[in-house]
Amino acid sequence: MSTSDASAPVIRLNNVKKFYGSFQALDDISLDVAAGERMVICGPSGSGKSTLIRCVNQLETHDAGQVIVNGIDVGKNRKALREVRTNVGMVFQQFNLFPHLTVLENLTLGPMRARKLSKDKAVELARHYLERVRIPEQADKYPSQLSGGQQQRVAIARSLCMEPKVMLFDEPTSALDPEMISEVLDVMVELAESGMTMMVVTHEMGFAKKVADTMVFMDEGKIVEQSTPAEFFSNPKTERGRLFLQQILQH
Amino acid sequence: MASISRMRWATFALIAVAVFLTGCSDQLQWYVVSPATETGRTNLMFMLGGLKYTLLLSITAIIISIIIGLLVALPGISKNPFARGFNRVYVEVVRSVPLLVLILWVYYGLPIMLGIAINVFWAGVVALALSDSAFEAEIFRAGIQSVDRGQIEASDSLGLGYFDRMRYVVLPQALRRVLPPLGNQLVYMLKMSSLVSVIGMEELTRRANELVTAEYRPLETYTVLILEYLVLILLVSAGVRWLERRLAVKDGN
Repeated sequence: MSTSDASAPVIRLNNVKKFYGSFQALDDISLDVAAGERMVICGPSGSGKSTLIRCVNQLETHDAGQVIVNGIDVGKNRKALREVRTNVGMVFQQFNLFPHLTVLENLTLGPMRARKLSKDKAVELARHYLERVRIPEQADKYPSQLSGGQQQRVAIARSLCMEPKVMLFDEPTSALDPEMISEVLDVMVELAESGMTMMVVTHEMGFAKKVADTMVFMDEGKIVEQSTPAEFFSNPKTERGRLFLQQILQH
Repeated sequence: MASISRMRWATFALIAVAVFLTGCSDQLQWYVVSPATETGRTNLMFMLGGLKYTLLLSITAIIISIIIGLLVALPGISKNPFARGFNRVYVEVVRSVPLLVLILWVYYGLPIMLGIAINVFWAGVVALALSDSAFEAEIFRAGIQSVDRGQIEASDSLGLGYFDRMRYVVLPQALRRVLPPLGNQLVYMLKMSSLVSVIGMEELTRRANELVTAEYRPLETYTVLILEYLVLILLVSAGVRWLERRLAVKDGN
């Protein structure tokens, strides 16, 4: 289903627009994410960064422009959407684990139902990724029995079990108690170092400095700045970028 | 076991009332339903003979109504306005027909319309199931809509299709939440099955009516009938509570 051209971007957005009624959430967004690229998207709340990332796997549908994932135009090709989604992992602010299933069942559901893996294979995969997010001993518990940080790590493992080509993170640490943020970020840093293509919406600027290849700064539905973290943090090109950094880094 | 002790108290209270009534009037002839006399035993067995059909009727009807209810609820949460329209029309129309009227219509009317014979049992099942399915559909719709939007987004992001999403993610959670109102409907169904006696179904109420005609002892007979329903329904609610607790434990909270 995907193009064989290795240099083609994994994700390409062309002039994407999105409206909620008369409010324009995304205003002519164009960007490319290359294989292995780690992109961090930041900006004030309401700037459209969550909407943008949710358009990639079409949890939000865009109103104009193109969203192309692995060479497939997901706006036009609704039939291929499920296939695309199995290749795009997503981690949510509120974890969205399935509360009625054990950790292991949370991890095996997608591989068994969407990838049609056998139960043995899915369990093997699940145990492997639980090991990787460092909570193998919690496999038989229910999500409500875990801390927020553990739940988010389970959610990351659940996405990884689909063996996706890209991982999307939508404010993965915003709902966490401060002492649990680092355990989740550690897992994300490791994931970045393993070469995973990542798009991350976050306010964790320490994480951004550490792993990002590209910083995207959004405001009012537009991409205001797109540069390397070194450039963005030391010398933002726009006044709005400077102001945002001042507000977020002053403490 | 709160429901067991409640059941015990309710039974005691009714027996106490019955004994009191016996004491203050020689008009009462408890022998007609007393297990201590030969006639009483025969009559009691005759009355209990209706239990089988009350249960069979209610259980068959509730199973069918749950299936229809679910099939009607799903279009109710669809994005398609025609699907939602179907759900609304079905619920509003079916819900507004009185059950007794529906029973009469299904038993006397439906055979003429379809040109088929329908026996008393199936007429009862169809009427009860149809009538209940509208309520069932509303219960399921509420249950499904109460499942957090994030659950659907998580299923979508894993590439699950509509069927898998419903089967493995949404319905298991919705079902847990609708268990109390479903239990309510089961109790309601058990009681409403008594109406099927009007078309001659030999269930508990019909048997009691027949005994009254034979023995002319309405107070004694109907008191026993009330006790029969009481015990049946207390057992059902204890069962529903047990199920609720079991599912809650499995959830780990």
